[in-house]
Amino acid sequence: MPDDSFFLKDRMSALLELNSLVKRFQSFTAVNGISLEVPAGEVLGFLGPNGAGKSTTMKMAAGFLTPDGGSAHICGVDVAEQPQQARQNLGYLPEGAPAYGEMSVASFLKFCAKLRELSGAEARDAIAKAVERTELGGVLEQPIETMSKGFKRRVGLAQAILHEPKVLILDEPTDGLDPNQKHHVRQLIRDMSADRAIVISTHILEEVDAVCSRAVIIDRGTIVADGTAADLRKLGPGKGKPSSLEEAFRHVTVPVTAQETPHV
Amino acid sequence: MSRIMAIFQRELSGYFNTPIAYVFLIIFVMLGGLFTFYIGNLYERGVADLVPYFTYLPWLFLILVPAISMRLWSEERRSGTIELLMTMPISVWQAVIGKWLAGVAFVAVALACTVPLWLTVNYLGSPDNGVIAVSYLGALALASVFLAIGSCMSALTSNQVIAFVLAVSAGFVFVTSGTPIVLDGVRTVLPEAIAAGLASLSVLTHYDGLTRGLIDVPAVVWVISMTAFWLFATTVAVELKKAG
Repeated sequence: MPDDSFFLKDRMSALLELNSLVKRFQSFTAVNGISLEVPAGEVLGFLGPNGAGKSTTMKMAAGFLTPDGGSAHICGVDVAEQPQQARQNLGYLPEGAPAYGEMSVASFLKFCAKLRELSGAEARDAIAKAVERTELGGVLEQPIETMSKGFKRRVGLAQAILHEPKVLILDEPTDGLDPNQKHHVRQLIRDMSADRAIVISTHILEEVDAVCSRAVIIDRGTIVADGTAADLRKLGPGKGKPSSLEEAFRHVTVPVTAQETPHV
Repeated sequence: MSRIMAIFQRELSGYFNTPIAYVFLIIFVMLGGLFTFYIGNLYERGVADLVPYFTYLPWLFLILVPAISMRLWSEERRSGTIELLMTMPISVWQAVIGKWLAGVAFVAVALACTVPLWLTVNYLGSPDNGVIAVSYLGALALASVFLAIGSCMSALTSNQVIAFVLAVSAGFVFVTSGTPIVLDGVRTVLPEAIAAGLASLSVLTHYDGLTRGLIDVPAVVWVISMTAFWLFATTVAVELKKAG
């Protein structure tokens, strides 16, 4: 465990900070005291079985859900207390990359730019850059509802990076993409990570090696493992000897029922 | 303000991106004509005014305005875009107002499509155009109230059909609460003050004055306070239900 002085220093530079977040749905506690600090330059992977609380945690960090306990700070601004200021520095890709289906990609991004109060030339440049980064140039006039899952995901990504936010929270950014697209998105995340704090959730363990500088495993609403890919490998059944990430994942998480194997 | 405008523009162009807008406009104009000429007997009355049209308009709005408002929020919830919208640097009330204004603008377009009726009575005789202008204003104000009610109902559910039925029911309560049938019934069991209070909430009480060209203070207060109340209720409903 790091000592207190390390913690304080880390807190200064953390762009995203979660302090013992708690979320309950009726009697079910989805998130039970998750604390995290993500400094600039870090790509943090959120791993965990389905229903572990990954998306709920991200929704609270983005200010969509109000936590029942704890707080989230983006660039030092409390997400619940000053939501609008906090969201200026946030790019968020919700689970499933929802977008207005009847809009074309271009008009959707223009709409997002307006909500971000980017005007005129500024908005045009931002849209052009986001379109280039997500390779959407060929489908700008196409209605979003007619596009494939992979393209929709890229539209969601373009929207999230439009305003060059300091904090990026991406819920399953590579879900539904083919291997080439996955590679491309990972490249994009790596390129953007230099001066940003990025959190991605994923079911794909190889993603941890591919893009994440650190990963946490969440199970039943709490963090059960936190560290680099190498750290996580040591948590496997090999008693300190590096095992595969999948073995480590299975070792630290509890299957929901005896019959059900964890979805990895 | 620019954020409200962004929401407004997206929502309004959203209406025209789908055939719903055109279907609505055609039905609105056709039914308006039906009420005016057949049920309202415009010709047989021998008076060149638009009273037949404006008399039936609240009932037309009762059914058709919820069709405009039903998608405002329930569609956001069904498709999950509410998560996108509510994590943008925009406050809930800005989104609520932007969407409601889009509905108002759409009704204004629908009312503008009935201007041929206005021209017709001017051709047939010499109506008091001031009264007609005030009536149009009153109709738009009435629609604003119905839209505010409808947007609240839309925020309560992710199902557009349920939003529609809820909005029609709520609108029906506010239209009929001023009719003699309801008021007389209320008077037999409750004190006069309550009946009067009920009547003062009713659509028809205030709307009748407007169709006679009368803009009185109670009517203006009613429109503003009803709209403000229901838009506020929408904001609360969006906050409470956005995650569900």
